[in-house]
Amino acid sequence: MKKRALAILAACLSLLMVLSACGGGGTDPTPANTDPATSGGDVASEPVTITYCNFNASGGNEETLQRMYEAFHEEYPNITVEIETIAMDDYFTQLQTRIVGGTAPDCFEMNIENFAAYAGMGALAPIEGVDLSGMDETALSAFTVDGVQYGLPGNFSNVVLVYNKDLFDQANLEYPTSDWTQEDVQKAAEAIRALGDDIYGYYQPLTYNEFYKACAQFGGSLLNEDKTEFTINSPENVAAAQMMADRVLVTNVQPTAEQMGGMGDWDLFMSGRLGMIPTGIWAFNTFAEGCDFAWDIAVEPGMEQKATHFFSNACVVNEASENKEAAMTWITWLCSSPTAAEIRIEAGWDLPAINDEEVLSSYLDLTPPDNREAVFESLDYLVVPPVIEDYALMSDIIGQQLEAAAAGTVTVQEALDAAQAQCEAQITLG
Amino acid sequence: MRKKKQKPIRGQDGLLTASPFLLPSFIGLAVFSLLPIVISFFLSLTDWNGLDRIAEAGFFAEHFVGLDNYKAILGGEEFWRVLLNTLVYIVLYIPLMLVCSLAVAYLLSRERRGVTAFRIIYYIPVLTSWVAASMIWKSMLSPQYGAVNNILAIFGITGPGWLLDENWAMPAIVLVSVWKDMGFFGLILLSGMVGINKSYYEAASLDGAGAWQRFWKITLPLMTPAIFYVLIVSLINAFQLFPQIMIMTDGGPNGATQVMVERIYKYGFRYYRMGYAAAFSWLLFIIIMLCTWLQMKGQKKWVNYDT
Repeated sequence: MKKRALAILAACLSLLMVLSACGGGGTDPTPANTDPATSGGDVASEPVTITYCNFNASGGNEETLQRMYEAFHEEYPNITVEIETIAMDDYFTQLQTRIVGGTAPDCFEMNIENFAAYAGMGALAPIEGVDLSGMDETALSAFTVDGVQYGLPGNFSNVVLVYNKDLFDQANLEYPTSDWTQEDVQKAAEAIRALGDDIYGYYQPLTYNEFYKACAQFGGSLLNEDKTEFTINSPENVAAAQMMADRVLVTNVQPTAEQMGGMGDWDLFMSGRLGMIPTGIWAFNTFAEGCDFAWDIAVEPGMEQKATHFFSNACVVNEASENKEAAMTWITWLCSSPTAAEIRIEAGWDLPAINDEEVLSSYLDLTPPDNREAVFESLDYLVVPPVIEDYALMSDIIGQQLEAAAAGTVTVQEALDAAQAQCEAQITLG
Repeated sequence: MRKKKQKPIRGQDGLLTASPFLLPSFIGLAVFSLLPIVISFFLSLTDWNGLDRIAEAGFFAEHFVGLDNYKAILGGEEFWRVLLNTLVYIVLYIPLMLVCSLAVAYLLSRERRGVTAFRIIYYIPVLTSWVAASMIWKSMLSPQYGAVNNILAIFGITGPGWLLDENWAMPAIVLVSVWKDMGFFGLILLSGMVGINKSYYEAASLDGAGAWQRFWKITLPLMTPAIFYVLIVSLINAFQLFPQIMIMTDGGPNGATQVMVERIYKYGFRYYRMGYAAAFSWLLFIIIMLCTWLQMKGQKKWVNYDT
């Protein structure tokens, strides 16, 4: 009796194995279903359908992207693109699962944090055979690994110094100019802080993102030039972090976490109680609606040199795709064609990373802020994030140590020494 | 003859008859639980990054690292720090949760005015999704603008920084978790409480035992099977603490609320070290197994099964 039961169990199990094996085999792109005619053939002559996944259009710009695609399809009637827009929260988990499962889209969007990891693992195809001359060089350089272009910047944004004109008037201060340094910021911030108990001068949290930029302003960086060693606790970086921490803990021109009380930084600015905030150009629409005082922007002040943030998402092609050529045609068009750029600017989505100033000029006509040229002036000072394969791990380690320094539980030097040691122990640089 | 046919089927014949009916759920269990568990063990012996195709031939040979992941985890400072954080949570959470659940069970068992309203309200936190609850608590615990500190201020108490304060973040998580779970565990304890034979109470009353004595000498000892169940389940849940952490603190401030599952998630899906994360989760499994085994062993000493 027992034997029979075991036999049945064994039969069930083996059935299961067979079933799951079949399932696995089905999703496997075996060489048999690779049709040489479509993969090697001319894009223009053979109609192809590709899939494109993105997160950036979700939450408001799905239609903008669809309009771009329709314009593309008119130019390239043989390429049909199936667009999937997935919210950021689910995007990377989904993408990871689909790449492992062999069902990833032909081309998709990547953020800068995950880009190098994907490229390093061989998931992305090198971008070849397309014309990149219309694209911004700095933006392009952000998506190369060992000199190979693996992604095209689909959009970009940068950071400028936004300031409350009314508070500057009240404190009898000159408005910030593009010649300002962090020392001018400090003086102005102290004068504004003196206006009232709950009025603050400046807000730049001691986070990883703000830190690597400040390092660049002080002439430092997180990695040495050829990215073979961490230089997190260099004297320049310590000076940069010390300045940021002192603004909270010593001069208190910037509110502590308790003084913020869980309020958002943009909300603080819009409440009229904050003099200056370096923040992204994507804040303009929100500030234009939410501020009942006069405000404007300037190029973010530097120290030894100027440095401002550059944020960009890349369009990439899946290494396992069978329609790489069509996929590259689509993403190149999406990222660099004047038509796509015009649709993007018109919708107020974000800025295309192109170098055609005529197309970009329509962006300048929008106000506030009046000094919109500062957005383009800032492009001369862009710093690209120190992209390495273990980017997320490095940024979490440094971020956590900076948090401790900002709270005053350890000194800045201790925090950066610890971050340096932890990064060295946990991350092997290529 | 007829009688024999109707006899419940026992033993191996029963299994044979039952297997077609069990098969659908067994397939689900096998594909979505058993198989991943087995695979995760093999993955824990590799340096899989979470993106390479594991189905490809030669994957295992190429990525095999033996016990390196386990050595790295146990040899590092992080595992022990995170384990300590988890234990702090458990030590604060379990007693508080047990007391609150007992109170819920006690209140539910009374026939008083307003008990109907309470019977509806107490279960709402259990039905609320963790995500929604965490978001709302996060804003309620905001030091300056949150409801909690403003209510405390009415009584002249200056509330702490809660989720922003290294020392208060974990206690805050504990309070929210107790609020969320006490209804569920209270319901289980209630079933243990109402199952107690009324004649014990009558006898005790006749002997002159007060309400407090009746609770300590009769209710509590006879509820021990229910309490035991609650302890096992809540301990396992506590080790798997995750959604409230991800939403309310994301492991901060300064790593004060980094716990086991949070690390596993980050290593697997954020840092692309799936093999390392798999080894981490097997260590968590071993710890939970050990704790449950100890509880099972220990139950003989205090759990009372004769009601």
